[in-house]
Amino acid sequence: MNAPTFLQAGPGGDDGRNQMAEIYIVGVDGTAQSRRAVDYAVERAKKSGASLHLALVLEWSPFSFHTPEELAERHKRREQELQRANDVLQPLADELNKAGVKTTFETRHGHAADLLCKIATDKNATQIIIGRTGDSVIAQRLLGGLAISLVQVAPVPVTIVP
Amino acid sequence: MLNRIMWAAMSLPMMTSFAHAQSGIDQAISDAIAPIVNPIVSTVFYSVPVFGTQFPLIVGWLVIAALVFTFYFGFIQFRGFKHSIELVRGDYLDPKDAGEVTPFQALATALSGTVGLGNIAGVGVAVYLGGPGATFWMILAGLLGMASKFTECILGVRYRNEYEDGTVSGGPMYYLSKGLSEDGKAALGKFLAIFFSICCIGGALGGGNMFQANQSFAQISSIIPFFEGKGWLFGLIMAGIVGIVIIGGIKSIARVTEKVVPAMAAIYVGAALIIILMNIGSLPAAFGAIFAGAFAPTAVAGGAIGALIQGFKRAAFSNEAGIGSASIAHSAVQTKHPVTEGYVALLEPFIDTVVICTMTSLVIIITGSWIPDNGVTGIALTAKAFEASFSGFGYILAIAAVLFAFSTMISWSYYGLKAWTYMFGEGQAKEIVFKVIFCIFVVIGSSMSLGPVIDFSDAMIFAMGIANIIGLYMLMPKVKALLADYKEKLASGEIKKIN
Repeated sequence: MNAPTFLQAGPGGDDGRNQMAEIYIVGVDGTAQSRRAVDYAVERAKKSGASLHLALVLEWSPFSFHTPEELAERHKRREQELQRANDVLQPLADELNKAGVKTTFETRHGHAADLLCKIATDKNATQIIIGRTGDSVIAQRLLGGLAISLVQVAPVPVTIVP
Repeated sequence: MLNRIMWAAMSLPMMTSFAHAQSGIDQAISDAIAPIVNPIVSTVFYSVPVFGTQFPLIVGWLVIAALVFTFYFGFIQFRGFKHSIELVRGDYLDPKDAGEVTPFQALATALSGTVGLGNIAGVGVAVYLGGPGATFWMILAGLLGMASKFTECILGVRYRNEYEDGTVSGGPMYYLSKGLSEDGKAALGKFLAIFFSICCIGGALGGGNMFQANQSFAQISSIIPFFEGKGWLFGLIMAGIVGIVIIGGIKSIARVTEKVVPAMAAIYVGAALIIILMNIGSLPAAFGAIFAGAFAPTAVAGGAIGALIQGFKRAAFSNEAGIGSASIAHSAVQTKHPVTEGYVALLEPFIDTVVICTMTSLVIIITGSWIPDNGVTGIALTAKAFEASFSGFGYILAIAAVLFAFSTMISWSYYGLKAWTYMFGEGQAKEIVFKVIFCIFVVIGSSMSLGPVIDFSDAMIFAMGIANIIGLYMLMPKVKALLADYKEKLASGEIKKIN
């Protein structure tokens, strides 16, 4: 099953079935901490010839409660969220691709730990790399307890970059 | 003359009231409003004598419509119930649509508009005036109403407006005008849409506002003696908080409420269940009283017909099936087929009326709190029933009542606003005018005695059903075609379970 990719992959997009090279999933949220995770991933990837898949997860639940006004604006807000995420991911992926590390990316709405695991499974990834803490709003959404939940459920090894 | 009075009341109610300050601010507000609402009430509730009891035609109008939709769609509320649950659970949710409005969210939001004082105070009124037998008719009306909700919410999604900026507007005003113009009845559609919008604004100010403010004040003043006789003060505080949210755009308050309200609903239902279990021995007798009251011609308060009228009235007021309001909230959902939202929406009267209202009613009956003609009615009757088992529950009920009232007000301010902008056009200045009027009515509602408030609330909410149901009758073949198409896609596997 293909993972839904809302924001299409950058150059060198990978369908996730390429068994030739290893894939590392990197959790990204636009913070300095996640940048350190990316840098670490790049360093490892260069050594092993792996490619990177950047994942930005926007915390969201299908079972939350909202006012009617929020519902009416939800589609618009979602588009804005995806755009903001794209503004973080696209330049980063461009930069890494230019530096010689094949990089793809996607943005998802849902529970961060669950989705990172799902993406890792779907992409046949060999490891997940995330930053330890974040301090931006997106960071709180992405990393609030993420490291702990992720290591408990991840199907592949998880690296937490301090 | 009437127009002038109405205009004065709509724009400057505080001024007219303060002119009579010597007779008490609350009394003055009541006096100023009563002559305006009374003619509206008697028109909407035009009643005919049936077996010696006055039967309001509008109640029959709603129940007959629910019955027609039930037969027309082949008892969809029973046959489609399982599918409804699957949809709400997310079995058919496409992961690609993560982040959009889910069926559960649309249902929860619509429910927060309907689950509220109708379930606590309205049931108290029904049992007080109609006796235990009212419960039977209330449940029946709830079950039938599921088909009405099904119909109106499908149309709400089918004919919603999707704007370029990604926001959506839907509801009866849109399906009445757009749906009927497809059949070459544009003028009629437009007329019905405007009629509906006027009533919706009235309903937002009445049942969605004054009734809520009034009953939460009754509850607060019973536990905080300071507020006794100071309805206007409570109203000003409440109006201030509502204003902060709807005018000030401070979403955080609404967001907190939206999280607390489901919890309060759970506490309320949980407490009701415990009381019923504690008195399990009396349950058969309670059901006996319900059935006896529902059919016995000699029962109190107008006999079976009295019970039926009260049961039907309160059910309709509580779950709003056939009224068209919920279709405004449901139309924001993300779905590839409008019919899914119909299935989801039919759960609303079930949860609201068949489950929650019945619980309230059983607690009142089982604890023996209902004493005919002793004057304890509305929320006071419900509070008394809960207090009989849990002393101090009155406080929890008071908090629940205020929170329910608040979330219902926020929902209805939105419904009213949508009707307002449908008539007067979008635009910030126009929206502010409505929001200010809405806040003023919070104060009026807190200051009036229960009778005029409840009558006006009922009148405006039920009047919405007049235009809405005419439209539903005319548009139901389209719903049937959509349903057939949906069932075909389900059968062919084009629409299938994903999770």
